[in-house]
Amino acid sequence: MAQLGEVVVSARKVEKYFGDLHVLQGVDLDVRRHETVMIIGRSGSGKTTFLRCLNFLEEPTVGSVRIADIEVDADPIHRRSRSHQEQIRQLRLRAGMVFQDFNLFPHMTVIENCIEAPTRVRKVPRNEAIERADGFLDKVHLLDKRNEYPARLSGGQKQRAAIARALTNEPQVLMFDEPTSALDQELIGDVLKVMEDLAHEGMTMIVVTHEMHFAHEAADRVVFMEEGLIVEDGPPEQVLNNPQDPRTKQFMRRFIETQQSAVQNLPGWAD
Amino acid sequence: MATATQTAGAPPADPIVVQVRSAAKKRRLTFRVQFVLTWILLIGGLILLMASGGNGLDGAFIATWAPFILGGAGTTVIIAVLAIIGAVLLAIVGALGRLSTNGWIYGAATLYVSLVRGTPLLVQILFAYLALAELGLVLPIFVAGTGALAFNYGAYITEIFRAGIQAVPRGQREAAEALGMPERTVFRRIVLPQAFRIVTPAIGNEFIAMLKDTSLVSIIGVTELLWRAQAAGRPNVRIFEAILVAAGIYWVLTIIFSYFQERLEQRMARSDR
Repeated sequence: MAQLGEVVVSARKVEKYFGDLHVLQGVDLDVRRHETVMIIGRSGSGKTTFLRCLNFLEEPTVGSVRIADIEVDADPIHRRSRSHQEQIRQLRLRAGMVFQDFNLFPHMTVIENCIEAPTRVRKVPRNEAIERADGFLDKVHLLDKRNEYPARLSGGQKQRAAIARALTNEPQVLMFDEPTSALDQELIGDVLKVMEDLAHEGMTMIVVTHEMHFAHEAADRVVFMEEGLIVEDGPPEQVLNNPQDPRTKQFMRRFIETQQSAVQNLPGWAD
Repeated sequence: MATATQTAGAPPADPIVVQVRSAAKKRRLTFRVQFVLTWILLIGGLILLMASGGNGLDGAFIATWAPFILGGAGTTVIIAVLAIIGAVLLAIVGALGRLSTNGWIYGAATLYVSLVRGTPLLVQILFAYLALAELGLVLPIFVAGTGALAFNYGAYITEIFRAGIQAVPRGQREAAEALGMPERTVFRRIVLPQAFRIVTPAIGNEFIAMLKDTSLVSIIGVTELLWRAQAAGRPNVRIFEAILVAAGIYWVLTIIFSYFQERLEQRMARSDR
């Protein structure tokens, strides 16, 4: 693993209400350069909402987020103000996002998907943008599909294209929201491989995931969330194999049980 | 379709496959013959019926005046095209208004839709011609008629666009925003093109309907298809024949544009699954 650098992402006291529902109850998280942090937890624990708060796809109700040199305070009252929106935009330019269901633009080819942000937002000359995008597509092993429309790609290819697209702004951090949850089992491996390669290259990553084995292999740190709070935060060997917090223990025990029963229910395994 | 299994070097097909294939082919042919015969019989029967009743059909009148009536078809198409363009432009603004979080803008857009949908098109055409003149704004009849059609259809298409914009998955907007695109760029580059694709079939239908509704502007004297039919029929007391010719031309126009509409839809659907 690469040497960890300075703190690139810093979330402070992030809270989020959906109506009366207190989904995030004050989350603090620091992520260092080159670090891969995986966030686990049961559904409804707030992990996806927290990730979406980091680039303000959800406006936090309270708190602040800093990515590299841009710090934005939650301002749900003046959310629509021009200066706030511009700050958020600057924040987003520093964070690439990969979604569960890809969200590739269906009316554009893969390469067009990948040059849209550089050319339209950062005003990179088209030729240069194409050249760089080809490099990213090569990295996710999708260069041969550069002229296809997303509808012609498999799920795994779509997600890899989405990763390439997220790289095109040359972000300080890459954020993944359950990147393999919408994929068929046999397509997951390709996507995880690409993510692992990125981690090895030193990309800073925050990954919300249900893939425990992947977390175990590829994470520098695992964060366990429950009821809108981080309850355990540490190296994968600690959080996954030897959790300290009773809630993490319970979660991991249940995870291992379901894994075992899934295997045992396969034909030929039943006693 | 079937050619993929018949590439050179492929082993000869199983006899049952050949039989199934030829039976399917025969069914398709029978279907087509039935379809064409139905049309010929029904249309032929209808014409015979009209020709044999009462005074019969005046073939000589039709032959003499049909070209004159057909001359109005160009005006009809031009009005329909201009009006649909105007309507779509109005509808983009209208739909943005209907989706606006600004109360003034939302109010104006909603009033527009309500007003137009709550009054008859014929009344709106007369209003554009007469009432505006009353207020001192005298519009040439062509402008008044086309404008009224655009104004009317704009309201209906506003609602089509609103639904189309809302039908673009939220994740599309989020992906674009996450890439740092400003709101306007997101709308122009990501949402609008996809909304256009969603509403294209509906806009096509509106255009076909518009083609026929242009006949209403004959009432203020625009010299389109129906106006010409009446102008030819009245002095010769052959109104029925004239209207029949006009109806036939409208029908043919509709068929032609339906064909183009289908082609357009196929083209736009290409990048979809």
